[in-house]
Amino acid sequence: MDTDATYQAPSVDEIKTLLTERFAGKVNVTKTETRRVYATLPKEIVHEVCEYIHEKLTFEHISTVIGVDMVDYMQVVYHISNYHTGTMIELTTNLDNHDLHVQSISDIWVGGNWHERETYELFGIIFDGHPKLERLLTPDTYEFYPFRKSYKLRGQE
Amino acid sequence: MVYSSILDWIHFPDVMSNMYYPFDVYNLPYDISYKLWELLGGTIAWLINLLLPGNPVSTWLICDEVVNMFALIIFMIVIFLVVFIATLISLWEERKVLGRLMDRRGTMIGMKGFLQCVADGLKTFMKENTMPKKVDKMTYMWTLSLVIGTSVLIACMIPLSQRWFVVDYSTGLLIIMALFALAPFFILVSGWGQNNKYSLIGGMRAAELMISYEVPILIMIATTALMAGSFNIGDIVNAQFNSTWYFIPQIVGFITFFFCATAESERTPFDIAEAEAELVEGWQTEYAGMKWGLIMLGDYFRGYVACAMITIMYLGGWLLPWDPLQINTYLPELTFLIKTWFVFFMMIILRGAIARVRPDQILNIGWKVFMPLSVVNLAIVLMLKIGGVY
Amino acid sequence: MAKDVLDIKAESAVMDTDKMWIIMGPQHPFSHGLWTLKIQVDGEIVKDAEPIVGYLHRGWEKEAEARSYPKIIPMADRLCYAASMTYTHLFCMTVEKALDIDVPEKAKYIRIVADEICRIQSHLMWLAAVGTDLGNFTVFLWCMREREFFMDLNVRLCGARMTTNYPRIGGVRNDTTELFDRDVMRCVERFEKVLMDDIVTLIDDSSVFVSRMKGVGYLTREQTVNLGITGPAMRGAGVDFDIRRDDPYDNYDKIDFDVPVMTQGDSYSRYQVRIEEMLQSCKIIRQAVQKVKALGKNAPYRLKVPSNVPAGRSTVRLEDPRGESLMYLISDGTDKPYRLKVRSPIFTNVSAAKPLVQGCRIADVPVVMAMIDMCLGETDR
Repeated sequence: MDTDATYQAPSVDEIKTLLTERFAGKVNVTKTETRRVYATLPKEIVHEVCEYIHEKLTFEHISTVIGVDMVDYMQVVYHISNYHTGTMIELTTNLDNHDLHVQSISDIWVGGNWHERETYELFGIIFDGHPKLERLLTPDTYEFYPFRKSYKLRGQE
Repeated sequence: MVYSSILDWIHFPDVMSNMYYPFDVYNLPYDISYKLWELLGGTIAWLINLLLPGNPVSTWLICDEVVNMFALIIFMIVIFLVVFIATLISLWEERKVLGRLMDRRGTMIGMKGFLQCVADGLKTFMKENTMPKKVDKMTYMWTLSLVIGTSVLIACMIPLSQRWFVVDYSTGLLIIMALFALAPFFILVSGWGQNNKYSLIGGMRAAELMISYEVPILIMIATTALMAGSFNIGDIVNAQFNSTWYFIPQIVGFITFFFCATAESERTPFDIAEAEAELVEGWQTEYAGMKWGLIMLGDYFRGYVACAMITIMYLGGWLLPWDPLQINTYLPELTFLIKTWFVFFMMIILRGAIARVRPDQILNIGWKVFMPLSVVNLAIVLMLKIGGVY
Repeated sequence: MAKDVLDIKAESAVMDTDKMWIIMGPQHPFSHGLWTLKIQVDGEIVKDAEPIVGYLHRGWEKEAEARSYPKIIPMADRLCYAASMTYTHLFCMTVEKALDIDVPEKAKYIRIVADEICRIQSHLMWLAAVGTDLGNFTVFLWCMREREFFMDLNVRLCGARMTTNYPRIGGVRNDTTELFDRDVMRCVERFEKVLMDDIVTLIDDSSVFVSRMKGVGYLTREQTVNLGITGPAMRGAGVDFDIRRDDPYDNYDKIDFDVPVMTQGDSYSRYQVRIEEMLQSCKIIRQAVQKVKALGKNAPYRLKVPSNVPAGRSTVRLEDPRGESLMYLISDGTDKPYRLKVRSPIFTNVSAAKPLVQGCRIADVPVVMAMIDMCLGETDR
């Protein structure tokens, strides 16, 4: 398929083909369902892929940016949705524990701004290029990241 | 005259015969207070005389000058109490009517809810009298007393009838209007002195409201005076009795004045100076407890004054044109108060029906609608005057 | 001479006046809940704004990791007091998807009825808040009166008024009570009349109400979408998207309803979208109640589900009264979630406060922010 063309309402199969063709060997579409595409990708190309999804596949809305602490490594999950077909792409990327940096996507979707801030304050994942990466829900004085698995609730250990 | 017996004293002479009688014409509240003092002072004099027969104090208590002095003190209390109760009734009316408009019952405690006002008043007096540390104490207290003081003063200065008045100026309407327009200045200074951003914005809004609504109000007062040929309140009422109530020829002016007076007394659709949605309580933010209670009371006094002015200027004051029950002779005060409460009722409906107007919209309406309308009203009255209808 | 005049004009155009930061909140009559809006004003015009949230942050997601799945249901109720049913519903759907089970038809329709009752209730509360923000208490009390009838329907359905604790993983807690369909029909019938005759007439026929809402808080379609605004606020700006219709869950695809869309993008269009949504909810309730009735009394309404959820990930999104809410569940084979993330619509909507209120007057700020329909329980989680 033509990976440079703009698609307003791509179908699930089209999205799968386009993503795997454009980013051959890097983006791995793991699963598709009705109106759902699941993909994994290395963290270096997150911004590039998001830009492509936004510009060429017309996914106008970012639902969430989720941080996940898998103890050995961390994950960032993006849910991106299309307003014409109701399709949602789920992008998952892994981060090394000693290098928790990923390119911010809040310049593509401004709506991702607060989600990234939240993920930063709760997991300590740093989004490079974010306009204002400060604590949002928790007090500025916190020096720990409360949603990491290493942070135990009282009575939990 | 030396004191001899109690009957010397409590014999209820004609007040006008007192050589120190302070008014030119008969004054009912003064008469009442004169008689009250005769009862009270006579009893005191009698008691002292029982203990110490032939003492000079009893004689002093019954001489003309002293009676007059005490009668004047009671007179002030009587005038204030009547206005105070009339205002409390309008407050109660607002709570009940507004309640019904909103599909609830309003206050229910004591005398159909009337005693709730009293309870609320007592409650605010019980509260701790706090003052923020950073306010300018001088302006904070002085402006408050001036706002409340001028409000109470004009409320007391409104005559209830030809025989129920405090002073009978030939320019009564203008003086009332002048005092009515003073309060926003104090509100502006108070908003500044409170060292609070909400208060400052509220004070500025009060000032801009005053500036834009003073002009049409004054034009309409001048129009009414032109029609009646006098600024004296009694003359205006009598002129309406002799022709028609002025709201018929001046229907434009009546409606305009109604809205302008609502705005001037800062009641809800126009209460941008204390818009609680965005400015917390506007210029009243830093006033707590009793001070706030007094401000609320002052607000209702101003509402009462606005309604009374509408009654005087457009609804024939204390006189009824058609009077089979002789109310005009016996109870003109009641007529006046009922008309005032009726105007207040219309203000309550306005409050229940529409939302608060934005400051810039208020200024727009004031300058672009009410101002031309008041001039149109003036033109109509001029034509009627020239045509010889009035 | 003419040159001087021009110079003065040019100078006044760039003349800098002192700006002032006003901190509205956390205890402020306009912030329906605990949050702060810092606004920078130049006279009466708002130049800059910054929302501050987090006063209510309870660590909901972390708490959920320490609880077994059924115990999270009452917690999900507390995410939003005004629309508790939708969050519990969403949580149950997420776990059901992870379990890969299909709930009985009857449960699906009952959930739809409960959701739509909740939507009307939430929108009525919003309308009441708009009334107070505009300085009119009549609207407030009339809306609260109408809301009581829907509260009573909640009581008929599950015994609670606000935090209902009703949907269950694999169905709903109990079947509809006797004569529930009759009560719902009566309530809806009455509500449609009262809403249109009383409340909407009071607001729409008054030029003060309309002029307060028209033209303020304007956002274009592109801005709205890019800022991540969802729900009625988004549909008021011309985005024709509703998860119930375009990404259906439960049995919404078998129900016939319209999605109201307005294109003006100001506060008034958001208001109109919400009013129209309430009427559409009535339509949905009618159909769903008929379907429940048609399924008969003995139809199953709940499945038995295992307490351990197999390892995996599941994502479900749902049209909350306020916008798109989403839950992302990572299960690890135990009876507790490994990670449960909630996407709250208002969390994103309120982050758009700056473009919304910029250029408005101070008096417009409550009206514009009211159209977001704040609910802090879900924002701070």
